[in-house]
Amino acid sequence: MIPVAFEYTRPTTVDEAIAALVAGGEDAKILAGGQSLMPVLRLRMAAPSILIDCSRIAEMQGITDAGDALIIGAGTTHYEVMNNALVLEHAPLVAMTTATVADPQIRHRGTFGGALAHADPAGDLPAVAVALDMVMTVAGPNGRRDIPARDYFVDYFTTAMEPEEILVSIRVPKLGAGWGYHYEKFNRTAQGWAMVGVAAAVKRSNGSIEQARIGLTNMGPGPVRATTVEAALAGSDASIDAVASASENATDGTRATSDLHAQADFREHLARVLTKRAVAKAAGL
Amino acid sequence: MTELLETGTPLGRPLRRKEDARLLHGQTNWTDNIQLPGTLYMAILRSPMAHARITHLDVAPALEHPHVVAAYGAKELGDLNGSIPCVWPVTDDIQMPSFPALAVDKVRHVGDCVAVVLATDKYAAYDALEAIEVDYEALPAVVDMEAALKPDSPLVHDGEGSPGTNECYTFPLPGTGIPYEEAKAKADVVVKRRFINQRIIAGYMEPRAVVASPMGMSNEMTVWSATQIPHILRVLLSLVTGMPENSLRVIAPDVGGGFGGKLQLYREEILAVQLARHLGRPVKWTETRSEDMVASHHGRDQIQDIEICATKDGKILGLNVDLLADMGAYLQIITPGIPLLGMFMFPAIYKMEAYHFNCVGVFTNKTPTDAIRGAGRPEATFAIERIIDELANELGMDPMKLRKMNWITHEEFPYSTIAGLVYDTGNYEAATAKALDLFGYDELRAEQESRRASGDPVQLGLGISTFTEMCGLAPSRTLGALKYVAGGWEHCTIRALPTGKIELITGTSPHGQGHETAWSQIAASILGVDVDDIEVIHGDTGRAPYGMDTYGSRSLAVGGQAIKKAAERLVEKAKIIAAHQLECSPDDLEFVDGTFRVKGDPEKAQPLAAVAFEAFTAHNLPDGVEPTLQAEATVDPDDFSYPHGTHLCAIEVDTETGKSTIRKYVAVDDVGIQVNPLIVKGQVHGGLAQGIAQALYEGVEYDADGNLLTASFADYLIPSAMDLPSFITDSTVTPSTTNPLGTKGVGEAGAIASTPAVINAIVDALRPMGVNDVLMPASPQNVWRAIQSAKGGAA
Repeated sequence: MIPVAFEYTRPTTVDEAIAALVAGGEDAKILAGGQSLMPVLRLRMAAPSILIDCSRIAEMQGITDAGDALIIGAGTTHYEVMNNALVLEHAPLVAMTTATVADPQIRHRGTFGGALAHADPAGDLPAVAVALDMVMTVAGPNGRRDIPARDYFVDYFTTAMEPEEILVSIRVPKLGAGWGYHYEKFNRTAQGWAMVGVAAAVKRSNGSIEQARIGLTNMGPGPVRATTVEAALAGSDASIDAVASASENATDGTRATSDLHAQADFREHLARVLTKRAVAKAAGL
Repeated sequence: MTELLETGTPLGRPLRRKEDARLLHGQTNWTDNIQLPGTLYMAILRSPMAHARITHLDVAPALEHPHVVAAYGAKELGDLNGSIPCVWPVTDDIQMPSFPALAVDKVRHVGDCVAVVLATDKYAAYDALEAIEVDYEALPAVVDMEAALKPDSPLVHDGEGSPGTNECYTFPLPGTGIPYEEAKAKADVVVKRRFINQRIIAGYMEPRAVVASPMGMSNEMTVWSATQIPHILRVLLSLVTGMPENSLRVIAPDVGGGFGGKLQLYREEILAVQLARHLGRPVKWTETRSEDMVASHHGRDQIQDIEICATKDGKILGLNVDLLADMGAYLQIITPGIPLLGMFMFPAIYKMEAYHFNCVGVFTNKTPTDAIRGAGRPEATFAIERIIDELANELGMDPMKLRKMNWITHEEFPYSTIAGLVYDTGNYEAATAKALDLFGYDELRAEQESRRASGDPVQLGLGISTFTEMCGLAPSRTLGALKYVAGGWEHCTIRALPTGKIELITGTSPHGQGHETAWSQIAASILGVDVDDIEVIHGDTGRAPYGMDTYGSRSLAVGGQAIKKAAERLVEKAKIIAAHQLECSPDDLEFVDGTFRVKGDPEKAQPLAAVAFEAFTAHNLPDGVEPTLQAEATVDPDDFSYPHGTHLCAIEVDTETGKSTIRKYVAVDDVGIQVNPLIVKGQVHGGLAQGIAQALYEGVEYDADGNLLTASFADYLIPSAMDLPSFITDSTVTPSTTNPLGTKGVGEAGAIASTPAVINAIVDALRPMGVNDVLMPASPQNVWRAIQSAKGGAA
């Protein structure tokens, strides 16, 4: 790694981190697990003046039970998240999806909040965030505020956070009983980015689907909630045919792009197939 | 060899590699680990454009940066700017443009070297690159080979002496049989296909690195390089720089993979040596992975128009092959010869009456191509094994049955092929029988039928590759006839040291193959010493002065012969000394387990170590015998060797997503006598991974302007163990008769055989849907498009 020279600081509180961010100006950059930032530095595609390492801020670590939701510290590693008993019990879709992120080395360094703050359209966790209606708690010079996931992801690698704000923790609502879930990730190599991913949580009752929550990965500048599919599924038969039929509209509201691995038309085709599969598995079909 | 095995020698045993502990623990000397006082770090400014005129270049601002000692463009470099020689001018009228280390006036591919900075700090050198002022005037890029050959195409090389075309050469091979058109006239069935054998990278773990160090008062220059070819590199560096060869010492320390990608003289090596000499200080350069992607040579990249004709009952009559081979922007050392290594292998294991081959080499504004694992042979094997399947489909015949009908039977060896080679030995029947047994061919065919009948969205396909290849490069006279300007011999020196240890000095240069273990096994089996008492010295022209290095699965098939001969010569000399010591005639001695014994009087004995000590003290040697116990041999091979095998692949293709998943892969390889079956297995596994990768994952992509799209491992996909199945490997053993060890070569077999096996399997799975081909890599998108296109939909 041969990056451009940069300063480095490692605050121990959120307030210190914000102060450093304010002092550092527009070229200051937060360092979490570094799994997306380091490659960019290595390629000299970014030249931050200062890196503010948030890995030693206690408040941003760990997972706690807040009654109807879990609070996940933004600096909690993927490895901790996917193995955490509270997550496995109350937000198993988060654990399942996190386990598909890259490879073990990256999961040991990369963080839950880092992935959400980076907002890579090919990242897996944003789709889960919108599907489960997570809420981001961010802190800045003017105090703290909560941003619902649906408002948080703005564009490619862009969130609703202000430049001087830091993602502190994420509130993950518990789904409660009766829900099934699945994350269907499609990639070319086991450790690669999702070409398309579908996060689905489905509640069944009496042979029909009561409610479905579906988030799509890499089908636009940010995660997409497949609301048309969700609406078609609500109250429908819990059958493969019904799921397949509803999934035909999986591309509503998406803005698929073309890259080396998939042109937009193939990506749209995949979204339909993978939505069908994710929902079917989540519904136990 | 069975004799040796019975006497309990190490030959043929699956010993663990003795070099592995140091390699795996990193307790070794990679080129980048070399730290010399006063080192200057070199950084290179590379062209971001595929084709452009350099209208302005000023390196002076880089000199203002702290720690920067020197900066050069082509103008400042002047006469130090050497040109890489192509040592394989395949035809008399080949176009051989100059290939300077730093581009002069014009850049010809993304990654072309434009300027160089030297600084006392590595980071400073890279920072200073950004200060260099350079302006480009974009020129239209030549990317597509067919467009490049059109009369109105822009020219990659348009300077003085340019013939005004992007054609590098045209090489026809008429074959030894009847004219192809005559065979075709007799045929009932003619199948013609165009296959694209895509461009790939070598993808070694250790990036390229070089350290060049002038040695103070002497004129000697020591060059450490992560290279496969220290000996050839020394000759080439001497030719390019004008430095006397005898004052250049080239060392390839432990090298982390090569796959042909380090069979090269690179621009950066010339720059490091020239600037170290010029500045009188060590110069060090280690490439970044991003640089490797654009500046280390690529491989493959052929458009193959292939036609096969046969009778209606399946007898192959003739084969016609027309190739376009992408040279890239310049000729690296053996760029033009690579497709011609494949020229001989298109007819493969099949008998036929006619074979015609023609290859046109084409310049484009892309990274130069050259050897990558298999070098020409994978491309040929892919084309023939694919079209055999297409012919079988056309004939309505099982593809295995078609192969059996046409292959050379084991009774027919040695067999003179239509391409002009003589295959020494082979037993395709035995390897195939074993593979079919391990695979469960009939059961899988039955499952395929039932999936087809039920309309399962996941279809099953079976792919066959009954391949052969040529190894043991090469008989020097053959290379001469092909206009290659070097020989193919190999050297070994063995020294029995006074303390009983053995030094084995080889001219081969391993970069992960396990030569230290395997070479020790060969020598130990002859000298009767412990494998661990042998130290194998390699890759250093100062310690191993003669050698032709490692590539083309040659090291064992050629170098092994030299080891055997040198060891036998050493025993001969030792026997004369031992006989003198034991006061008997050499004919009265037998040499068993490392000890000379008087026949019939086993108490009278002298171990080899004792003889070595006597040779060292020289107190009591027979008259006329020189002190020291050492022997050497330089061996030129009689002919190539021809490994073969049968690879079978079962693949599940998800027809909804286009994703292919290998269900079962069986490889039965016949590589002749195996010195170390564990190493053979490792080579087969690695080769399979690389060949399967070409089929499913890897592919260099450029856009229409010549920009490299696959510029990192995020976009250029290399599979990991998680993406590959557990391979089932086995072997048959048909000894080669072209070398006394009976070995053939295994370094490239897996990479050559597996690519068509995988693609044949995918096409087999989708055949009922009307799919007859799929582009490589067979990514989900490419497979899905093939299905859509067969359905008649938009694709």
